[in-house]
Amino acid sequence: MSNPVISGAAQVLAHAPGLARHGSKPRRELPRDGEVESSFLGSLRTFDQAVAYPPHQAYIGAIHPRAMPERPWFATTDPEASRFAPSGELMPEDELLGLLAAVDHFDLLVLAEDVAEQAAAALAGHPLAKHLDLDRIERAVGDVEKVSAEPGALGLHLGAHRLGAAMRRGDEADEALSAYVLLDNLATKATATLSLLHLLVNLDVDPASIDYVIGCGEEAVGDRYQRGGGNMAKAVAEVAGLSEASGMDVKNFCAAPIPALVVGAALVASGTFQRVAVVAGGSLAKLGMKFQGHLRHEMPVLEDVLGGSAALIEADDGASPRIRLDVVGRHRVSAGGSSPQIMEALAVEPLQRAGIPMTEVDDYATELHDPEITEPQGSGNVPERNYRTIAALAARSGAITKEELSDFAATRGMPGFAPTQGHLASALCYLPHALDRLRGGEAERVMMIAKGSLFLGRMSQMSDGMSVLLEKNPEGA
Amino acid sequence: METLENKLVIALGERDGVSGPAISACAEAAGAKVVFSATECFV
Repeated sequence: MSNPVISGAAQVLAHAPGLARHGSKPRRELPRDGEVESSFLGSLRTFDQAVAYPPHQAYIGAIHPRAMPERPWFATTDPEASRFAPSGELMPEDELLGLLAAVDHFDLLVLAEDVAEQAAAALAGHPLAKHLDLDRIERAVGDVEKVSAEPGALGLHLGAHRLGAAMRRGDEADEALSAYVLLDNLATKATATLSLLHLLVNLDVDPASIDYVIGCGEEAVGDRYQRGGGNMAKAVAEVAGLSEASGMDVKNFCAAPIPALVVGAALVASGTFQRVAVVAGGSLAKLGMKFQGHLRHEMPVLEDVLGGSAALIEADDGASPRIRLDVVGRHRVSAGGSSPQIMEALAVEPLQRAGIPMTEVDDYATELHDPEITEPQGSGNVPERNYRTIAALAARSGAITKEELSDFAATRGMPGFAPTQGHLASALCYLPHALDRLRGGEAERVMMIAKGSLFLGRMSQMSDGMSVLLEKNPEGA
Repeated sequence: METLENKLVIALGERDGVSGPAISACAEAAGAKVVFSATECFV
């Protein structure tokens, strides 16, 4: 059995202000009130604003979350901020529409001619251009006004008002193949693919060397007979040119990325596969989810980006951080459902079992939702709540004193910086930073913790969660 | 503990706080009848 390592991670954002109205909440609220709709459309961010936003810079790996400036962040202007960073990029909306067309294998997305031309030209100059099927963009050109008016079709805008594309439904009667569901899935496929391509190019890895891809996004791909049929992973593998890979999806609400990493690492450790990629795309449904709070506080609509993430797991290369399969926490059925009980199972028990004091973990990556998004709508500061619980448990275990609570949370925790697409926010967003710090010797250990709200699906009153420890490679320099 | 005797309770739990079933268990132990219980996730 070999020690699995995570040899790289990539993260992307795609600015989607025009698509934000198709998020679940705006989709329900905007048609009810013209004034709210007008206020929503008048509060969308420009691309430059989205690039300058410090949490976005942290998400794509340009700055560590603890290096973000004091809030408020939404008013930040920074002409020096770049859309590209070592771990990924923030793609503008016109390119995103082109990317959606480039990964649409069923010709469901139609682009206006000028939008297609603009997108194709921009993507032709993109660092990943040779990995994208840009011919599909040209083939997607059509009469978007006419297609938008077709039964069940969805008109798509660039920014507030420009009708630039239309999404057709996949079947006249199947709700699982409605234009809305398919757009959600296509957005996931596009952003997951973009992340994976960045990862492979950054690492200079041959796509044909990847054996398996595990998807851990929030989407549900399927038809009326199998609404969550799945395997977004293989769809992403195909479009990213991973000719020798197969794949599957791990579903576990927001917690899915950690089980996906653990399963991927187990497949490598067992020798079943040599290289496994874990991918997640963004969630269209979550766009604009907290917009009412933002408008109430005269803030822009902050949930206007689709996220994406990819990581590569392989056998020990003597340098990359190890994923410790002997330090995995799981939330057992009998563990209890309160927040401290869940965190005890995830942050305390696995470390105790391995004989590692909580103070020997340098960073705890937990649910890292951007608090500037959640607080205005009354959802509080999610990471802060998590760190308070972890610190309290550390104090109870005797690892720290009560006087050290704040310091523990401040130095081993961090401000939230992820969009409210829960699977991306659940520790996964910290992976590029964790790998940097573990490689660079700034950290010895990082605990990755994810939680999922199973009760939302009405099949169980329970939550779930999983955690895993990452550790500096002892053979590394 | 008698304060909830013969009371009807709606238990709204939060994932990051106290779950619906936990509130229900407390309310029932205090003599209430729980007519609705749910847990929600606000992120």
